Amino acid sequence: MLKEKYAEQIAKIFAKYPDKRSAIMPLLYLAQEHYGYVSPEGINDVADLCEIDPTQVKSIAGFYTMYRETPKGKYWLQVCTDLPCALVGADKFHHDLLEHLGIEEGGTTPDGLFTVEHVMCLAACDRAPMLQCNFRFVEHLDMEKMKALLEQWRAEAAAEAQPSGD
Amino acid sequence: MANILLRDQEIADIGTYDVYVQHGGYEGLKKALSMSPKEVIALVKESNLRGRGGAGFSAGMKWSFVPEVEGPKYVVVNADESEPGTFKDRQILEKNTQQLIEGALICAYAIQASAIYIYVRGEFWDIGFNIEREVEKARAGGWVGEKIGGADWGCEIYVHWGAGAYICGEESAMLNSIEGKLGQPRVRPPFPAVAGLYARPTVINNVETLANVPPIIVNGAAWYKSIGTEKSPGPKIFCMSGHIAKPGNYELPLGSTFRQLIELAGGVRDGKQLKAILPSGASGPLLPATDKVLDTPLTYEDVAALGSTLGSASVIILDEDTDMVWAALKMIKFFRHESCGKCTPCREGTYWLEQRLSAIYHKTATKADVALIESVAVQMQGKSLCALGDFATSPVLSALKYWRDEFYAYVEPAKPVPATKAPARKPAAEAAAVAGD
Repeated sequence: MLKEKYAEQIAKIFAKYPDKRSAIMPLLYLAQEHYGYVSPEGINDVADLCEIDPTQVKSIAGFYTMYRETPKGKYWLQVCTDLPCALVGADKFHHDLLEHLGIEEGGTTPDGLFTVEHVMCLAACDRAPMLQCNFRFVEHLDMEKMKALLEQWRAEAAAEAQPSGD
Repeated sequence: MANILLRDQEIADIGTYDVYVQHGGYEGLKKALSMSPKEVIALVKESNLRGRGGAGFSAGMKWSFVPEVEGPKYVVVNADESEPGTFKDRQILEKNTQQLIEGALICAYAIQASAIYIYVRGEFWDIGFNIEREVEKARAGGWVGEKIGGADWGCEIYVHWGAGAYICGEESAMLNSIEGKLGQPRVRPPFPAVAGLYARPTVINNVETLANVPPIIVNGAAWYKSIGTEKSPGPKIFCMSGHIAKPGNYELPLGSTFRQLIELAGGVRDGKQLKAILPSGASGPLLPATDKVLDTPLTYEDVAALGSTLGSASVIILDEDTDMVWAALKMIKFFRHESCGKCTPCREGTYWLEQRLSAIYHKTATKADVALIESVAVQMQGKSLCALGDFATSPVLSALKYWRDEFYAYVEPAKPVPATKAPARKPAAEAAAVAGD
């Protein structure tokens, strides 16, 4: 339940708006953080908090690209392939990244670490090729840099997994 | 001349409160508070500051439409920068944060708003938190909250994160999005100035527009009008991307030319020849790289006279090797994805444009499909609630206008195909000139 874990954040969110319904979007981000994606439980939590029908919350979740409606890899890599990025090699970069990881567009690596999707313009056209990894921009990329980053993330994930023994 | 908007290029950390104040920060708000709200509006109107989000509408005029009524009024800052090729607001939000906050506060004072919502696109995740931190510093300085600068007026500032939807940059869709509704445009009237956020009077301004406000208040309208041209005064940030040697943001007075701009950004990449320019991202019609185009002053009127639009001045450079069918398809894919689905001509039109253009690109179409996409695009124009439905037609119509042969090269020799073309309502050239207004 979001209510207990994020009590303070939820109170802050509601204080921003004169209307409870306005809290749907920020609360969906909390639900996504908590459940790993916007799960049916997450939808219900947000609906309860906003005193609104879950269908309404689900329609909002479905409208926007930053809410994941299915679980994704630990590192959700969204590569911009819009025109300005594509003019400087983003399509090839996207293709090479998929090939390197051995997955299809939108797919996740078998170890559950990486999901790769193409995405619409991210306002970083002057730093292409680029991608967004879990809401952080990674810019001025090429495959060499990308491979090093993937190794780094693999190592980070392995280090995180060890102490908790998962 | 020193930068007026991108001051971060000259002063390190100018976006942070202390440095900003050391360099004259909040002098504009201080001066505004010594004036009546009406005087502030009159000054901004007199400066002829025009909206930098794309429409170029007079900011002071927009503010003046807000009625003097009791009860809450709002300022919404449009920081949902999502037009392909546009990344100017990002630099203001990241590196010139306080100038935006001060500008938004001056606007709020002018219309006597009680709250400002800064709508940042969700992908500007960390930038949103940076704004929140700077707002708190401004609050500690006495510029946010109750009795600002000792005046009998108070105002709160909130950041609202979008979640990935281009359409939310359209002002009425943005209001719906803040209200927790689907980010789809509203029917107007009523206009936001009368019934906007939570059905209250609301001014929605672009980030760059508001960043212009503090220096206008400090230096006056005459100073502002001494920069740029008579009808398009002031500085403008030009975003340079695509086949350009030094991509990035460049601040120049309005009225500079494409030629100057391209030179400043190091010229076309790899010494190639210039083929075409998109002056305002994917939304404005393509222009061929003729001397006439290159020497056109970059103002709202002059670019419109060329049959395109200055828009947000997101200049995408296309070199001689660019396949215009491919480029048009890229842009159509964007609009098909971003059409919110509310209006049928836009929802269905973008779908069919992508479908047939993709067939052309993949060489599974005929010459009749080239006529068909033109006909679909023309029929979409002027039939949707917001401008997206019109924007989506400009890549196709402008590419056809100047590079029709490239489309024909993709389709097999004409076969006897029954005429499917619906009667066009407007000649294509005229329609292309209208797109994106």
